Amino acid sequence: MRAGTALLAAASLALAASVAARAEFLQPSGVAEPVDDHAVLEGMPRLLSDFGFFENAPEQEPARGVTPYRLNTPLYSDGAEKLRFVYLSKGASMTAQGEGLLDIPVGGALIKTFAFGEGADRRLIETRVLLHRAEGWLALPYLWNAEQTEARLAIAGARVDLTTPKGEAISYRVPNKNQCKECHGLDGAVTPIGPKARNLAHDWLGEMVAAGRLDSVPAEADQLPVWEQRDSATLANAARAYLDVNCAHCHRPGATASNSGLDLRWEQKSPEALGIGKRPVAAGRGAGGHLFDIVPGAPDASILTYRMASSEPGVAMPELGKATVDDDGLDIVRRWIAEMAP
Amino acid sequence: MIARLSIAAALLATAASALAATHNVAPGDDAQQALQEALILAEPGDEIVLAAGRYTLTDGLSLDVDNVTVRGAGMDGTVLDFTSQQGSGEGMLVTSDNVTLRDFALENPKGDGIKSKGADNIVYYRIRVTWTRGPHPENGAYGIYPVESTGVLVDGAKVTGASDAGIYVGQSNGITVRNSIAEANVAGIEIENSRNALVEHNVATRNTGGILVFDLPALPVMGGGNVIVANNLVVANDTPNFAPPGNIVAGVRRGTGILVMANDKVLIENNILSKNPTAPVMVIAYTQSFEDERYNPLPRDVVVGENLYDGGGYDPQLEGAEMLLGAFGGELPPVLWDGLGSLAAVEGTSGWSLNLSEQGKGLDGAQPGPLTVSAPSSEFDRSGIGAPAELDARLGG
Repeated sequence: MRAGTALLAAASLALAASVAARAEFLQPSGVAEPVDDHAVLEGMPRLLSDFGFFENAPEQEPARGVTPYRLNTPLYSDGAEKLRFVYLSKGASMTAQGEGLLDIPVGGALIKTFAFGEGADRRLIETRVLLHRAEGWLALPYLWNAEQTEARLAIAGARVDLTTPKGEAISYRVPNKNQCKECHGLDGAVTPIGPKARNLAHDWLGEMVAAGRLDSVPAEADQLPVWEQRDSATLANAARAYLDVNCAHCHRPGATASNSGLDLRWEQKSPEALGIGKRPVAAGRGAGGHLFDIVPGAPDASILTYRMASSEPGVAMPELGKATVDDDGLDIVRRWIAEMAP
Repeated sequence: MIARLSIAAALLATAASALAATHNVAPGDDAQQALQEALILAEPGDEIVLAAGRYTLTDGLSLDVDNVTVRGAGMDGTVLDFTSQQGSGEGMLVTSDNVTLRDFALENPKGDGIKSKGADNIVYYRIRVTWTRGPHPENGAYGIYPVESTGVLVDGAKVTGASDAGIYVGQSNGITVRNSIAEANVAGIEIENSRNALVEHNVATRNTGGILVFDLPALPVMGGGNVIVANNLVVANDTPNFAPPGNIVAGVRRGTGILVMANDKVLIENNILSKNPTAPVMVIAYTQSFEDERYNPLPRDVVVGENLYDGGGYDPQLEGAEMLLGAFGGELPPVLWDGLGSLAAVEGTSGWSLNLSEQGKGLDGAQPGPLTVSAPSSEFDRSGIGAPAELDARLGG
């Protein structure tokens, strides 16, 4: 019975889509439409444009209420350029929670577009949205079309052949909806990862406060070094920031890799929890013949760096969102381990 | 693909239906997409039916919906082939509760086979995970891998070639592993940092070690115990250890039948043990040094009941093997204890002890001698051991 209903619904949706396409065609361009709060709060919009997050989506020009931001130390994603935005509904304001995540009220959203190529050659691959709904956060991936005019919901993910900035030809993985949760899951619920006050610039936070979009700039803000300026940070801070941002969404209590006992969060102080002298649990061949996650003074004998240096499934870390090795990140972590007193 | 997606979205839009639905998936060029969509769009109560055939998969699959059944056409009929897998750390990941996986196979996943994490009351029924090239250090670590879960039933499974453990249950509670075959893995069946586990009526053969019961330090869940290993056929576990070095099972000696390391209250009885050349039964403390103050490295209240021993350690992979064999008249007695913690054995149990006095110091202080332990002082407390009874009810049909 449900199959019949579904077919009918599919048919009517297809009809609606063709009508929508015509409507778009008729609509004069350049009119700034507000974000559709209904789309943020309910349903599973098929098209990225259904949200209205962008005034000009192909150019990634945000709509009213959508503010771009950057993270001091970002997550590596095969060298993708990442365009990050936060949306707050009219009159809504975020609340700082110490150094942690900014509390974005229901009705808000985080939007992140992944692009490869520079200037006129830039190609948008996918846009991931995190929607804060009454029942919690929902993560959805949208895949851009070849014409770069629209991104469609790709609930089962996709693979896209592309060339990274380093010139490596890869099969880039757009995550499926469940894989979103593999990184964004904490204690069984979906949560944002990026916008923690400690990884956001004072200036940006100040601007948000001035705009009435944030209650205060917490004292613990802006701790993680700006990645491009990591040479002026201590090796430990640069490496720990990198591990926090690239690994700790899984390697922490309550998250996907909690059973490993490895906790790479910025605030973790225990050397063993950070992997120093810690034996692997379920690493399998990912251990690469090494005995400990981190062997002080010996990056070549450490599992952590062995797995970071691999792009092979079953060995490579992170498990998702990585087809190529991040040479810069690996370099920082290797130097940090090398510097440790044995 | 676009057409598929819009149908998927439409299904989602009508997802309000309370009726359990069946999602049929068949092999084909879009199997990856179709199968993953079904796993995402399923609603509680739904069943995903995988038609017979070989599914070529390039990425790991995942299920995050409670109360879903994934049913194939038999462990030799429906094969999920991960030989060309390009991403993910396992073939299939389950993160929701009350899931039943039954009657299908996974072949050659790059990492683990099926991992279920924080997935309470899960049933694995007649699931096969095979690394087709046989033992190889670059095979994935675990075949069937439930972890951090309460309520785990593995029945009728078959795992071959895992470079760590074929069937591995970790950091879980309320577990039954039965009627399953673990062949040519490093560890056949491993119960690690878990409580209330029943391992019965399995066949463990051609592994490096047949059945392992471990408790390890520095993990979120420790204090493993209340484990029964009974009525298993543990024979010819003689495959040289092919685990990548660095893993705890890389230290398992070729020819170990049933191994208990650390743990509290373990019963080993009514097993048939034959051709396990190092030790049919081995009970030892955690062998490494550790710093975790919460951790107890000793085996406590381990009971060796009646078992059928067809010989003992006739070709032990142990330091000083020749001397030991000489001392014990050509073959080591079937039960090996390191002398740490507490062990009881029924009268007539033939064994030997290393008589170690300190944990984590290697074999330097060993003073091998005949096993002298007392008989069990009371009936083993079986209450609460095994998977919740309601999981059995799902095996019908």
